[in-house]
Amino acid sequence: MKSKQKATIASHEQLAPGIYSLWVRTEMAVDAHPGQFVGVYPKDGSRLLMRPISICDVNEDRTQLRLVYRAGGNGTREIATYAAGEEVYLLGVLGNGYDLTKMQGKKVILLGGGIGIPPMLNLAKELKKQGTQTVTVLGYADNKLFLKEDFDKESEVLIATMDGSAGTKGTVIDAMNAENVTGDVVCACGPMPMLRAVKKYAEEKGMTAYISLEERMACGVGACLGCVTKTKEKDEHTHVNNTRICVEGPVFEASVVDI
Amino acid sequence: MNTKVTIAGIELKNPVMTASGTFGSGMEYSEMTDLNLLGAIVTKGVADKPWEGNPTPRVAEVYGGMLNAIGLQNPGVDVFMERDLPFLEKYDVPVIVNVCGHTVEEYCNVVEKLNNSKAAMYEINVSCPNVKQGALAFGQDAKVLEETTKAIKAIAKKPVIMKLSPNVTSIKDMALAAEAGGADAVSLINTLIGMKIDIERKCFVLANKTGGFSGPAVKPVAVRMVYDVAHAVKIPVIGMGGIATGEDAIEFLMAGATAISVGTMNFIDPQTTAKVADGIEAYMQRKGVEDIHELIGCV
Repeated sequence: MKSKQKATIASHEQLAPGIYSLWVRTEMAVDAHPGQFVGVYPKDGSRLLMRPISICDVNEDRTQLRLVYRAGGNGTREIATYAAGEEVYLLGVLGNGYDLTKMQGKKVILLGGGIGIPPMLNLAKELKKQGTQTVTVLGYADNKLFLKEDFDKESEVLIATMDGSAGTKGTVIDAMNAENVTGDVVCACGPMPMLRAVKKYAEEKGMTAYISLEERMACGVGACLGCVTKTKEKDEHTHVNNTRICVEGPVFEASVVDI
Repeated sequence: MNTKVTIAGIELKNPVMTASGTFGSGMEYSEMTDLNLLGAIVTKGVADKPWEGNPTPRVAEVYGGMLNAIGLQNPGVDVFMERDLPFLEKYDVPVIVNVCGHTVEEYCNVVEKLNNSKAAMYEINVSCPNVKQGALAFGQDAKVLEETTKAIKAIAKKPVIMKLSPNVTSIKDMALAAEAGGADAVSLINTLIGMKIDIERKCFVLANKTGGFSGPAVKPVAVRMVYDVAHAVKIPVIGMGGIATGEDAIEFLMAGATAISVGTMNFIDPQTTAKVADGIEAYMQRKGVEDIHELIGCV
């Protein structure tokens, strides 16, 4: 069940320049699934729309969600000022998430680029729980390797940095090629050029790829049709080649979308 | 206390409706708010065929509101009648189907199909700012608007609401044209045409360059336009534009609206419609208002 709910901030810290980690106490943690997201509403009345933020982690007793986000615009910069104990309104849980059953018995490559890194943590954790073998490649701009230690507990981790200050110099694809990473399934979240490269890579290797997309959103529940992505086939909802990222996504099999 | 209002013979249990395009076909919000508490549901625009809509980004936040340039993506009237309308019929709420088209024929095709449905009324979108061909053009020329209204009224077996654009020199003249064409009611305002520029990337934020501006920031403009129109026409006026609370709704009623719609604020709180309905009742209680009609056009 989706709803707008009040949540309490349990802790809030900066992980790297502009990157924040927020733990919120919310009932939504019970249902949260890897790849899903929540909307965080700014409090300033001039900023009305919720900010879609991916779920990075869920605590052991499923009472808290961890949201790791980049304070890039006015809304997220406001959120970055919230202190532990403060209340915040969330809309959630939103989106489809990754279908873990499809990854059972397979070797899964997890790719996270930039602010696409956080949602891969919860996925790595849940895949480990179900006994699925993973290798994770994280792509950063530089050696501010936020969340790397958390990933180390869940998966084998390789690093790519654009400036070459840690791991392989270049993209996550460059790191995969340099380290001869192989697998059956790819799951990826990151900027659009990375996702296009992942889609192409998976096509060439004959692998299944699941990619998590983002787009400017308003409602988050499929009503406004603001956040669509082009699709190869006609979509279920509107019967056109555009499908809603907030409901049918954000996770899509790469071959389904035309990005 | 009476909160019932009547538009073209259709009774609404309260004056709170949803603004087209902000509530999908009701299904999307049905798990988050009780649709039975609504006076009426106005659906997202329905065309005679599926429409793709515009490229993304389609939405942008602006101070106190948002811009949208969805471009009326919709599945077309056939899917709507097969899937969405039967869903809405389960609720005890009149359904007003918003109809869009590029040509008068397209509007009429949709209306003809819906004539045999359980839809209570039609709202004709002659004011979408985001569709290049037609749409807004029908709502920016009084003569064309009158002719379009006449053509639709000639075949419609249900009451017709014409939804007016605020992007005109005189919205009063447009309302009078709709009335002259036989409209049963008018609704206003559709969104104001706006633009946002990303100064870092030196480009437009919306792929469509321009988009419809909505949200609490537009309310004073909307209230003024509702006031102007309500004092010019004899048909009922449905007011909308930035309504977030019961107090906002009361302003529109006092300006002369018989009913009101909640739009953008559905995105901010899916319970907004219920809260607005409660807020209206609370106001009436506080002010000792027995009948909501005492408020309509009282200023």
